[in-house]
Amino acid sequence: MQTDIRTPTPNLLPQLTHARNPGMVLDLDWVASVQANTSAIERRAATLGGRRSVKKEYQAAWLLKAISLIDLTTLSGDDTPGRVQRLCAKARQPVRAEMLQTLGVPNLTVGAVCVYHDMVETAVRALEGSTIPVAAVSTGFPAGLSPWHLRLAEIGESVKVGAKEIDIVISRRHVLTGNWQALYDEMREMRAACGAAHVKAILATGELQTLRNVARASLVCMMAGADFIKTSTGKEAVNATLPVSLTMIRAIRDYEARTGFKVGYKPAGGISKAKDALLYLALMKDELGHPWLQPELFRFGASSLLGDIERQLEHYLTGHYSAANRHAMG
Amino acid sequence: MSTVREIFDSMAYGPAPEGHAEALAWIAAHQGRFGHWIGGAFTAPAATFETRNPATGKVLAEVSQGSGEDVAAAVATARAAQGRWARIGGAGRARVLYALARLVQKHARLFAVLETMDNGKPIRESRDIDIPLVARHFYYHAGLAQLLDSEKPGFVPMGVCGAVIPWNFPLLMLAWKVAPALAAGNTVVLKPAEYTPLTALLFAEISREAGLPKGVLNIVTGDGDTGAAVVAHPGVDKIAFTGSTSVGRKIRTATAGSGKALTLELGGKSPYIVFDDADIDSAIEGLVDAIWFNGGQVCCAGSRLLVQEGIAERFHAKLKRRMDGLRMGDPLDKCIDVGAIVDPVQLETIKGLVAGTEGEVYHAACAVPEGCFYPPTLISGLHAASKLMQEEIFGPVLVSTTFRTPGEAVDLANNSRYGLAASIWTENVNLALDMAPKVKAGVVWVNSTNLFDAAAGFGGVRESGFGREGGWEGLMAYLKPAAKVKPLAAPKPVPAPAEAVVEGIDRTAKLYIGGKQARPDGGYSQAIWSAKGKLLGHVGLGNRKDIRNAVEAAHAAKGWGKATGHNKAQILYYIGENLSARAAEFAARIKDQTGKDGSAEVEAAINRLFTYAAWADKYDGQVKQVPMRAVALAMNEPVGVIGALCPDESPLLGLISVMAPAIAMGNACVLVPSEVAPLPATDFYQVLETSDLPAGVVNIVTGSHKELAKPLAGHLDVDALWSFSSARLSGLIEAEAAGNLKRTWVNHGLARDWMGAAGEGRAFLAQATEIKTIWVPYGE
Repeated sequence: MQTDIRTPTPNLLPQLTHARNPGMVLDLDWVASVQANTSAIERRAATLGGRRSVKKEYQAAWLLKAISLIDLTTLSGDDTPGRVQRLCAKARQPVRAEMLQTLGVPNLTVGAVCVYHDMVETAVRALEGSTIPVAAVSTGFPAGLSPWHLRLAEIGESVKVGAKEIDIVISRRHVLTGNWQALYDEMREMRAACGAAHVKAILATGELQTLRNVARASLVCMMAGADFIKTSTGKEAVNATLPVSLTMIRAIRDYEARTGFKVGYKPAGGISKAKDALLYLALMKDELGHPWLQPELFRFGASSLLGDIERQLEHYLTGHYSAANRHAMG
Repeated sequence: MSTVREIFDSMAYGPAPEGHAEALAWIAAHQGRFGHWIGGAFTAPAATFETRNPATGKVLAEVSQGSGEDVAAAVATARAAQGRWARIGGAGRARVLYALARLVQKHARLFAVLETMDNGKPIRESRDIDIPLVARHFYYHAGLAQLLDSEKPGFVPMGVCGAVIPWNFPLLMLAWKVAPALAAGNTVVLKPAEYTPLTALLFAEISREAGLPKGVLNIVTGDGDTGAAVVAHPGVDKIAFTGSTSVGRKIRTATAGSGKALTLELGGKSPYIVFDDADIDSAIEGLVDAIWFNGGQVCCAGSRLLVQEGIAERFHAKLKRRMDGLRMGDPLDKCIDVGAIVDPVQLETIKGLVAGTEGEVYHAACAVPEGCFYPPTLISGLHAASKLMQEEIFGPVLVSTTFRTPGEAVDLANNSRYGLAASIWTENVNLALDMAPKVKAGVVWVNSTNLFDAAAGFGGVRESGFGREGGWEGLMAYLKPAAKVKPLAAPKPVPAPAEAVVEGIDRTAKLYIGGKQARPDGGYSQAIWSAKGKLLGHVGLGNRKDIRNAVEAAHAAKGWGKATGHNKAQILYYIGENLSARAAEFAARIKDQTGKDGSAEVEAAINRLFTYAAWADKYDGQVKQVPMRAVALAMNEPVGVIGALCPDESPLLGLISVMAPAIAMGNACVLVPSEVAPLPATDFYQVLETSDLPAGVVNIVTGSHKELAKPLAGHLDVDALWSFSSARLSGLIEAEAAGNLKRTWVNHGLARDWMGAAGEGRAFLAQATEIKTIWVPYGE
């Protein structure tokens, strides 16, 4: 069994630590028994926004929490060192310093910076002296269809240059053909290739089509040792949704109940409003509990979310609706 | 106050109060005191009592206790307004109903906040569920009004409708009563619940802006005495009641024999059935909506959990964890799941029922505020024999037991006096669609719970009441045939002649029970004489024990309800064929009994059998257009065992006119033939015997209508009773029927033309069926 106790990020207290998910043998009976009733899940997701609301100082605190959970991301073909350095600067100082000072969280940073392999070194250098980890998307992201040995090698290369987290993509075809053994084996090898780096398994839920597929793929990836399960690359036609999230976090809950190990969750793509972020946090709090409100077990994969949160925070502090140009671009 | 930094660490939910200044301002604008709404204006407040916010205990306003005079004034105003309201036509009424729908939307937040303050339900529910459903109900009924004149020719409004509604969905229940009543051209006197009168008064005031003519809608506030005055008022033509079974029973008794139409939507102990292949997390989330919606103060709450034994332990563990996550508190807070109990009296009732129960009692580990609150509670390990598996608690208390097989799940589900709703959770479509018809309920939700829509009928069977609300079927309860009806003249039995004419071999007519000819239990017979003094034969005088035997035989024939429509049609045709073969004999018998030529009656009877043979596979259900991704089936199911006192006139045609629709729709029946001319009926059982009709589907008990009406009407295992008897029995039947709240269809001493159109058709089919709404949300 591998364990890895993360170094607590000093500016966020109290920190929770937990044993890293070692995985387990593939239990096909369990996989086959998983059910996901789409319309019932959609109803639960649709009523969540009406059931949960945080206001005033609570909302401000929750939005700050959301910032601490963001994997600030750039995954574009036109990324350059300059672009990545600017993003990293924003990661270190996600909100104007005097605002954070007033709010009582002067050292707040985002959860991680997420880039392609070629930008890992740039990002690691730009984040030196901070505790912000660099995450690399890997394994032939986003389609995951490059040669298998190259996909594994890509992981190793990223870890070698300092990526602490690896966001892999699974082979969607294994899910769509019900080849759970192949999915398990693939995930297992990718996890091994990550070594001490944490591995987030991107399911590309928009391409798995059904919630039943999402639930089963979630479970198989956890059995194979995923540290996080993540919805999307951001490149599929449909990215993170609340019904998909509910399905995946129920799988996380069942996995913990059966094995005792906590697995993290990362919705990615399409979460761009502060209000959406609050909804996701409420979902995590209600369905999984407080440990899943910490960066060890929850991240937002987002690029434009931070800007909306900054404006909401300024509104909280000043009582006036804010403007984008008052906040530094990332 | 916590700092942002502290909250950042605790990630607690803070207060998120909905503002209530506008609601308080509305109350204040009325000086906090309200009269009744009669004739388009408030009366001066009088004999006022307080209505409180149950969450805080604070007085919200004072409303007036409606007296008999107040009710009389409201009824008189409604009566005066009714003719003109009917005459503006469906399209004219549609515009007003449309405006009411729009006004509810425009004032949605005010209604929602006021409802939550008066009732204690979470603002989420009043804002996201109750009030949108109210608006939807008026929109939908605007449409029904628009289409009424073309779709339902030959029907007219009932007149003045009295509505008595409960406190659990104050404005929604108003909508369920008022929208169809107004759409159909009736005027209304509505008595809101004593605990929750305020939204009804706000609605009345706002209705002026919709152009609702004065007197069309009247609101009289007050307690049960005021409701009783509405029910008792002779100027009311129809009563619609939603509330407890015990009050429903009183209303059934109070209106017996009055000729008032009645629909009752009463209590329940609805089963929530979870199979081992269900999406368990979704089923648990469904329970939150089933039993912790409105604090379980819901007539159709899924309050009786039946879970398959193999998954019970895991299911209960997950359920408890979910319960712990529920948030109780100020109903005006936008971040709570469970609000206040409506009144301290109700709270005491709940506490009293839970105290001393068997089983394991688990209270959710959530913070319970001081005051009128009760925590979400699960009582597991109960059995069918446990009191709380049978009694409605009307609070946030779920009881549970386990089952082994689908058959056992059906048996447990139906082991109840109630029959309102049921939820069935399985991912197996075969199982779901097999279970849905077998569960005794008016509404079945597959993989869902507490779904409502104006297009879909809602209502119960058994002691959950009768009648449907929503859809065309709901509207029909507010209409009656336009045709004028005459009083029914009673034909006299032929007395024994001074000198008897006796010819041929003695023939003894028997009762016909369970497919066998049976001697009457009492051992008494009666001679039947022709008009010319000829002894035609003897018939047995049936008694209560014969009724008991006949009802038992009818229940034993339950397979008939599952026969296909095609199969039932074949047997009805065959009965017609066999009757036709003996037409001359039956015509002669009718002539002997009535003195009139019977050939036309025999022909009409054969034709009637053919008509219902035709209907047997054509009285189709519907798929309702509900505004969600779901199939909502309105399925016509047999009522069960129907008793019928057949007409004294038309001794053969009358009997066949009630028998044929009953059996065509899959019911078994116990028929009491014409008292004065019973021999065509006893001859007829020989026709039945030769027509492949399964034993017990039709049972014939001859005898005195007056003697037999009481045991039939009071029989707790008879599901409906029809009477076309010329004896004055309608009041007795309706009163006795209160026991198990069976459906009744009685003539109130009015005649029916059995040879004509009134003698057959959809009215009979509707009485012979229950509409079950089966909701099947879908999507993968």
